[in-house]
Amino acid sequence: MTERQPRSDQRAQDQDQNEVSLDSANVARPAGAHGYAGAVAVANEPEGPLGRPELATSDTELAVAYEAGVAPKARSQWAYARIRFFRHKLAVLSLIVLVLIGLVALFAERVAPYGFEYIPFTDAEALLENPNLIQESLNRPPQLEGKHLFGTDNLGRDYLSRVIFGLRTSLWVAFFVALLSTAIGTAVGAIAGYYGGVVDNLLMRFTDLILTLPGLAVLLTASAFLGQGDPLKVGLILAALFWTALARLVRGTFLSLREKEYVEAAKASGASDARIIVRHMLPNSLGPIIVNMTLVIAGAILVEAALSFLGFGIQPPNPALGSLISQGQAEGLRTWWLVTFPGLTIVVIALAINFVGDGLRDALDPTQRRVRA
Amino acid sequence: MPEPILSIKDLTVEFSTEDGIVKAVTDVTYDLHPGEVLGVVGESGSGKSVSVMSVLGLIPQGRIVKGEAVYKGRDLLKLPQRELRKIRGGEMAMIFQDPMTSLNPVLTIGNQIGEAVKVHNPDSDDAAARKRVIHLLELVGVPYAERRIDQYPHEFSGGMRQRAMIAMAIANDPSVLIADEPTTALDVTIQAQIVEVLKAAREETHAAIILITHDLGLIAELADRVVVMYAGKVVELSDVYTIFNSPRHPYTLGLLNSLARLEGDQEWLHPIPGHPPSLVSLPPGCPFHPRCELSHGRVVCRTDFPALRSFGEGADHLSRCHFAEELAAAQATALANAGNPA
Repeated sequence: MTERQPRSDQRAQDQDQNEVSLDSANVARPAGAHGYAGAVAVANEPEGPLGRPELATSDTELAVAYEAGVAPKARSQWAYARIRFFRHKLAVLSLIVLVLIGLVALFAERVAPYGFEYIPFTDAEALLENPNLIQESLNRPPQLEGKHLFGTDNLGRDYLSRVIFGLRTSLWVAFFVALLSTAIGTAVGAIAGYYGGVVDNLLMRFTDLILTLPGLAVLLTASAFLGQGDPLKVGLILAALFWTALARLVRGTFLSLREKEYVEAAKASGASDARIIVRHMLPNSLGPIIVNMTLVIAGAILVEAALSFLGFGIQPPNPALGSLISQGQAEGLRTWWLVTFPGLTIVVIALAINFVGDGLRDALDPTQRRVRA
Repeated sequence: MPEPILSIKDLTVEFSTEDGIVKAVTDVTYDLHPGEVLGVVGESGSGKSVSVMSVLGLIPQGRIVKGEAVYKGRDLLKLPQRELRKIRGGEMAMIFQDPMTSLNPVLTIGNQIGEAVKVHNPDSDDAAARKRVIHLLELVGVPYAERRIDQYPHEFSGGMRQRAMIAMAIANDPSVLIADEPTTALDVTIQAQIVEVLKAAREETHAAIILITHDLGLIAELADRVVVMYAGKVVELSDVYTIFNSPRHPYTLGLLNSLARLEGDQEWLHPIPGHPPSLVSLPPGCPFHPRCELSHGRVVCRTDFPALRSFGEGADHLSRCHFAEELAAAQATALANAGNPA
């Protein structure tokens, strides 16, 4: 209190001085201007010439609030988004599941009980122990027994290990596709939306062209020509088809962002087109982009599985979830686990990613104020 | 009279719309002298913003039909985009009307002002830029600048945002500052504060300011000279004293009469009758004649487009009216109406 006393004294003093100086300023003003509302409001202006903080009441109050630590903590849009995301319980649960699955895939060598190519009867040590192993293995159909959690396949390989390694391949392809197609889609959409006109027309008609292609047919043809089996090639082919939806989405967002005044303000402050696109417009359209990316991951896993199932994707001995199902269903109904476990894995991942995407969409949309239970 | 820093000559800008060609700005000519505040006044759609924005190449939809805008010996309208970009935000900066929408919501205030600094000084390091931003924020009266620099626009009030916008505009010591209705989106008490900030900004940069507004109070407070625009044309141009004391165009007089006054007993406001004309199909002759009190049935107003004529001492006072001389008499009445002791 003692500290504030002199300040308010000084304020009064300053105000006196201001009135004097403003009066003298008014004399110099055009006589006809005196009677107008705006001019009078300005003449009665109680602040200092600069509107100095120590003179304005509201600012002084603010200062007190700051010093007492009452003022709310500054939060960025991302902080609010994080809070909103963590309110979405299903999304958080899905995120945990996804992280676990991701870790399993990442550390497949450590987690999996066997190598994905480990065939017991090719193991010299095992053969020494049991000379009849080959005979037994070949005569024995796939088993679902205690020692192997997901059972074994027709070569006696541990199926859990194969699913884990298949998971790794599938996830790798999916993330690769998501990153690449997001990059392509964002670039195409941003350029089309920002520049508009001829550029927009050319890029969007090309996008439409890609969209009209029958996806699966193109995928099959492309993988037949480019050669199969390589996860990288499969990823490239998928990415080349997956970017279209995002390109349209980003274009739409950019078309509306382009008219925003802060974009005009950035232009007026001399920022280049690239700078405006990257610094001002992209961060404002990051929400839809991220959400779309999650959907692409889920979609890519499913399509890659379909491709592999049809035999045009990743080739054995590399396991992928789709090819595992494909090989499993060849064995018939009795060996249900060969189809079910990789299938379930796909379902869980796709579901979890969709839930996370759902949560992100709610979290990143600032107009979304609905509180989730 | 010193050499003008920016000289706009015969500027004509059109927009193509579904209804036809909108002649937003026609043959606009005015000079901006170093260090002065030039007020550009007019109703909405009178072309006051377009005439200035087109100089900076900020109206992509519009087509500049003819004219030139000479700044330091170079015609800005013919500069390539890259050159123009160097001038924008550097030597010529802009303050926008609505501070609520002119700041990017996802970037901190410091980020945005710092960007304006860095775009034009690519060599400056982050620490120096930050120091500069804090200095700028303090200059425009943002309290606790060191803390508020890291806040987002949504944590700033309208007045504070407009201060930040002004800080951004003066970041590179511009020699021309364009203020496009800088107080329109603010409430009256904040307007008064922003006027003071504008004055401080002017003192700091010694920039010539083009003040686009329809607030005559703001003009009276800040401007040295005034351009009055109507239907995309300059109808009157003079120093601020002459505009307020002896307007020579019926539109200017109408604007002055339509203001609310604090002095005197005034039951009714006196608006200018009618509406601004459509810029697609302007009335023949003087575009103001359907609303003009001087015109009333005079044929010449309906047939001939009046030239911009000069009055008084020198060629400083220009008016575009066939009967401008008659306003000398009307002026006496207007001043009596104003109840002004002067």
